[in-house]
Amino acid sequence: MTVRVQTADFDVAAELTAMRKASADIGAVVSFIGQVRDINDGDVINTLTLEHYPGMTERALAQIELEAQSRWQISNSLIIHRVGTLKPLDQIVLVAVASAHRGEAFKACEFMMDYLKTQAPFWKKESTPEGERWVEAKSSDDQAQSRWQQS
Amino acid sequence: MNIKVLYFARIKESVNYSTEEIVLPAEVSTINTLKSFLAKRGEIWADLFSGKQQVRAAINHELVDDMMAINDGDEVAFFPPVTGG
Repeated sequence: MTVRVQTADFDVAAELTAMRKASADIGAVVSFIGQVRDINDGDVINTLTLEHYPGMTERALAQIELEAQSRWQISNSLIIHRVGTLKPLDQIVLVAVASAHRGEAFKACEFMMDYLKTQAPFWKKESTPEGERWVEAKSSDDQAQSRWQQS
Repeated sequence: MNIKVLYFARIKESVNYSTEEIVLPAEVSTINTLKSFLAKRGEIWADLFSGKQQVRAAINHELVDDMMAINDGDEVAFFPPVTGG
């Protein structure tokens, strides 16, 4: 279980190779990469700046990994999230899960991403040709998270 | 009781600072009552904390609801709904 919050870019191939090679009982590694789009709500995006709450962010991400581990048989998980100012095509986030079989890893990876979207204290601000604006939270993200809630 | 209060993102920009120490009067003991207390500071504060806007709260790095009790020495944070990923 690893959490990293950083301004620097990350090397997906190196991260996934390290995860895959950690143990021969791993049969599957599933990953998600989020990147900056050049258009949002019909407007051109010049840059995207991510603010976060140091301390709480790492704790929230670690809790998401623990929750995934309690729900599925996974061998390892990784969350890398960037902060600071990014531009279109820059990588924002990597979530990766290793497990013996693919089913658990697919589910855990999607779960972690849905929880990250609604529980981890990051905020995006877009710079467009018309000026800066904060990105609004989407109800579709709340719905994506709520489908994992256990009764 | 003494607490530290942090503001993030849009809320930080509105109030124009990111952190402050507050000595709370006895009647302020939950997130709800702290919001009401802050809302009395003026127009900007009323706009943020009187319920018109969605404001999330955390105590000591844990997301909490408005009924959660605040204790001496706590770090309380207010921020808009999160938009990471």
